[in-house]
Amino acid sequence: MMEFALFLGCTIPARLTQYESSSRAVLEKLGVGLVDIREFNCCGYPLRNIDFKVFLLFSARNLALAEKKNLNVMALCKCCYGSLKKADFLMKENASLKKEVNTTLEKEGLKYEGRIEVKHLLSVLHKDVGIEAIKGKMATAFKGLKIATHYGCHALRPSQVVGFDNPVAPTLFDQLVEVTGAESIEWPMKLECCGAPLWGINDRLSMDLTLKKLNDGKKSGADYVCAACPYCHIQFDKVQKMILSQRNVNHPLPSILYTQLLGLTLGIDRKVLRLEMNEIPISGIEELLKKETELAEEKELAAQKETKKETAPTKQ
Amino acid sequence: MFLKISLYISLVIFLIALIYKVSTWFRYKIGIGAAEISTSTRFFSAIKGILSTIFSTKILTLLKVFVLDVLLQFRILREDFLRWVMHIFIYGGFMLLLLMHALDKYITVAIWKDYYSTINPFMFLRDLFGALVIVGVLIAIYRRFILKVPRLFTNTMDIYTIVIVAVIMLSGIFLEATKMVAYSDYKRMVDEYSGLSDPGELKSLEAYWVKEFGVVSPNLKEPFDEALLQKGKELHQSSCESCHARPQWAFTGYGAARIISPIGLGIDRARLPSALWYIHILACFVGLAYLPFSKMFHIFASSVSLLANGVIGKEKLAPANRATLQAMELDACTHCGTCSLRCSVIMAFEKIRNMNIFPSEKIASLKALACGKKLSPEELRHIQEGVYLCTNCNRCTVVCPAGINLQDLWFNVRETLLQKGYPEFLVLSPLSFYRGLMKGETVPKDYEKPLIQAREAIAAQCDLMKKKDKALPLTPTDRKLQSGLNLSAQAKTFSVCFGCQTCTTVCPVVGNYENPQEALGLLPHQIMHAAGLGLRDLAFGSNMLWDCLTCYQCQEQCPQGVHVTDVLYELKNLAVKQVREKTLQPSERK
Repeated sequence: MMEFALFLGCTIPARLTQYESSSRAVLEKLGVGLVDIREFNCCGYPLRNIDFKVFLLFSARNLALAEKKNLNVMALCKCCYGSLKKADFLMKENASLKKEVNTTLEKEGLKYEGRIEVKHLLSVLHKDVGIEAIKGKMATAFKGLKIATHYGCHALRPSQVVGFDNPVAPTLFDQLVEVTGAESIEWPMKLECCGAPLWGINDRLSMDLTLKKLNDGKKSGADYVCAACPYCHIQFDKVQKMILSQRNVNHPLPSILYTQLLGLTLGIDRKVLRLEMNEIPISGIEELLKKETELAEEKELAAQKETKKETAPTKQ
Repeated sequence: MFLKISLYISLVIFLIALIYKVSTWFRYKIGIGAAEISTSTRFFSAIKGILSTIFSTKILTLLKVFVLDVLLQFRILREDFLRWVMHIFIYGGFMLLLLMHALDKYITVAIWKDYYSTINPFMFLRDLFGALVIVGVLIAIYRRFILKVPRLFTNTMDIYTIVIVAVIMLSGIFLEATKMVAYSDYKRMVDEYSGLSDPGELKSLEAYWVKEFGVVSPNLKEPFDEALLQKGKELHQSSCESCHARPQWAFTGYGAARIISPIGLGIDRARLPSALWYIHILACFVGLAYLPFSKMFHIFASSVSLLANGVIGKEKLAPANRATLQAMELDACTHCGTCSLRCSVIMAFEKIRNMNIFPSEKIASLKALACGKKLSPEELRHIQEGVYLCTNCNRCTVVCPAGINLQDLWFNVRETLLQKGYPEFLVLSPLSFYRGLMKGETVPKDYEKPLIQAREAIAAQCDLMKKKDKALPLTPTDRKLQSGLNLSAQAKTFSVCFGCQTCTTVCPVVGNYENPQEALGLLPHQIMHAAGLGLRDLAFGSNMLWDCLTCYQCQEQCPQGVHVTDVLYELKNLAVKQVREKTLQPSERK
């Protein structure tokens, strides 16, 4: 069985527990094993502005902890992912940095050699589990749902470091969204930043960028924006709500976490997906799920086609 | 007489101190809004809150918390089994000793009519409880000084606590032991209780006690004649046994008695038992009188904290009650270090030597802050940095065995400290994301102050930015800057920039402004150029640096492979380093 050390980071357990519960449920359903390493610390992302060495030490310690258990790391947060990837890259590229970091880590009996891989939840779903395998587990699908798929900067770029997908024309997340039967729409600002990195530092600028992006998604016809990162999601959810009240905007573009979206079609218990935890309501999305009668009809149709195919050659 | 007077004195001190300490819960001001709420408002608000909890269904939660967390201490068990054993042994043993031994005249007698301290099971139980405490204290010493549990710091209060408990317990055990060997104590018992007067009988009983129970007699020495012992045994059975169990049952005291028996006569002659009695009693009374000022006060405060936070849960508290709760929580901290063990950012201490990074150590600073102690600007800055260097991951709060809502405490203190006027550069990092989310809890007019202050403090160090005519020398002003950008070796790539402006064109931040230079100062390509020329001030003083999203669009699209975002990251690091170095010199501190 596939097994990963689950890297939750700081934000998810404290402020976005529905992402954790829905991810665990989805991954369990898809046969991905998770190991919790309690000693994990912050990935270092928030400190990159202030002290590079602190950031590197934070990330490297996490990598060392996972390496000690011979486990690849799966991050749910794109900023954690980007930071861990960057640290992994630097530790492999820069021998003197590696030595310096490992000297500090040795105090705890840790060291990082660079034998493990860092992955994001989406790459695990796409590459390790695979689209076909996910299809095989689908309980239902969406019909007529339009999703603005949001990639998230720190997953895509710098591509030289992360290697997540084609940085200019990525398709990985779109494919994952379309598995659920939803349409992943084309929208000009798809690859732009959500604005979260500046939230709390320059709120006006952050709001401008978020609003621009969300308006673009709405204009392009999306019903929901979909993210797979706590920072992006909180920005699109809680912060969007704050923007709405402050800037007199009336029509939000609600945000759904990818694991909630996929979970709905995998038939996972609503109590685990906790749609009601999102600040901007998304429960309406359930109405776009195909009804059981529709599913039955579809099955019948498919079965008819099969029999036709089977009977066709004999006629000839 | 001595006993009574000293008991009453210590009890009075204890009660006054207790009232004083509890009053600080309503008086000490922590965090935003606390300054405006009067003590009486807080007091009545707390009473109202307590009463409305007791007379509601929440009483059931309260009971549950009391049994599971206060009595059985499940929160400690969840974290660390050895520590739970240690704590349950010390606290359980001590409480039982208090109830059954110290207060035996009031409690034990009331429950068991035929109670007598020298008969079983009481004699055995007393020693058993004592042994539990001793084992607990030994585990405590082992954890702190031998196992060296990570991030468990030992301060004077921790040592005092271990010492006072150890003195009480050891003096008790040795008091018992010396009484076992002391001939005069044996003699007193025989005179008072046996009713024997025949010298032959007394001799045989004495021989029996010397042989069997370790009494050290000045008159008799082993070996004894079998018949004498047989006679002594019969006398023991008829005169002593009914109200004095075999001393071996008091196993800790008996064990100690065996060790000290070679000097038994000296012990008796020096009247060591009564000296030890004084030590034992005085240690107990000192412990009692000093309790409200010591770590032991957590017996009350931690229980209150567990109960209060148990019923509060995620509810939003009235500001008056929040202020009271947080003042109380400072007393509830036992300095156990669990928070520091689980803290997400503790590794930062390896590079930033500030003890206030550790949550367990922050509490002491916050206590000083809360009681209004005058702190130096340096101390305040350190506390500010410590409380800001926090990802608000809530782990400290989740694991705290005393149930303290640490995260809320940090948030609240952070806001007041930020308004004291010392620039905090960490506000310019994504650590501020949480502060942004909690905007509604801050004072609106003060919200942006720390952000502006930090930027201004950095810009103030950049003299070139202040030049009105913007005429700059053509030669590089700071050759060291280039070589200074060496943190990851990636940043040096700026030297291949050929000024195509792609980075600036694709930057979403630049694109957001009609007149970007006015808002941002130097734009990304200009910053690369400034870095190349060694114009440190221009690079550091630009708003662009702090308004960078780190979205890596510029870096991804640069045709020359310049690591634009990474260069910006490093410039930010250097700018903070520079301003810290410059402003932290004592002479420049105002």
